[in-house]
Amino acid sequence: MSASAKPIANTRSGTGIPTAKLITWWVIASEIVIFGGLLASYIMHRIGHPEWADAASHTNTWAGAFNTFVLLTSSLCAVLAHKAADAHDGPKAAKLLRLTVLGGLIFLTVKGFEWTKDIHEGFVLSSGGFWSFYYIVAGLHGLHVLAGMIIMLIIAADAAKNRELQRVECIGLYWHFVDIVWIFLFPLLYIAR
Amino acid sequence: MTTDAEAHVHHPNYVKIWAILVALLIVSVLGSMSHVRAVLLIAAFGVAVVKAYLVARNFMHINVEKRWVPYLLIMCLLFIAILFAGVAPDVMKHGGENWIKNPLNQPVQPAARAATKNE
Repeated sequence: MSASAKPIANTRSGTGIPTAKLITWWVIASEIVIFGGLLASYIMHRIGHPEWADAASHTNTWAGAFNTFVLLTSSLCAVLAHKAADAHDGPKAAKLLRLTVLGGLIFLTVKGFEWTKDIHEGFVLSSGGFWSFYYIVAGLHGLHVLAGMIIMLIIAADAAKNRELQRVECIGLYWHFVDIVWIFLFPLLYIAR
Repeated sequence: MTTDAEAHVHHPNYVKIWAILVALLIVSVLGSMSHVRAVLLIAAFGVAVVKAYLVARNFMHINVEKRWVPYLLIMCLLFIAILFAGVAPDVMKHGGENWIKNPLNQPVQPAARAATKNE
């Protein structure tokens, strides 16, 4: 594909930042408001309702810690993919992106087991304020992980052929943000009791 | 292919940063076993802030981005702080000198019901 036939976001850099990366930062800014609003609401209610500590004590700290480890490791793979893309090594970047997707898959699998156990024990969305927040915040985060995995697989397919390597950094930025959200969800939902 | 306008960032030792992040995770898990509230809160939230900073600085390379990128993100965080400051008193307090918050399951008072009808 010639440079002139490429989408404008790939080649234009009017603000000093490539447009695709600029868009990614805007997405992250809007996500900060979405997750920030949810987490701020949770913190307010949690402080106002000390009795939520009983509900919070049912979450499994070890499962949360394992998932944090998985996401941190997947973030490492994502940033190494960015490094490989900068070195114009598309196949290596693609391989690392697929490893990142594997991390996301492990994360969602653990979350699935965790939720199944919680639901079997009778803790559902309507079981109380804590559980409403727990399922909505962790569920929305899980959807972001899933979306990131799908986009990453699409980008990896191109990267393997040394195409559109600038996208590797963009999806990496998104993935690191999802990791940061979990870094705050872990203490809020699993540690603070 | 990376465009000419895009500056190549300096890539630090990512494995070393990942190892620090994992060590901090272990600290927060160990801290969660403490019965001292201050230790628990620092282990949970203090460590989370440090971890988030390390990821943003080293993995997202926010320190080498154009200056307005961190400003944009900080502005969004300020919006959240404004939301928190505006709503928190209503949510976190259950009563004041001249008011008390009615529990959700309490039936509506007849006077309040009549006032609603008249509107």
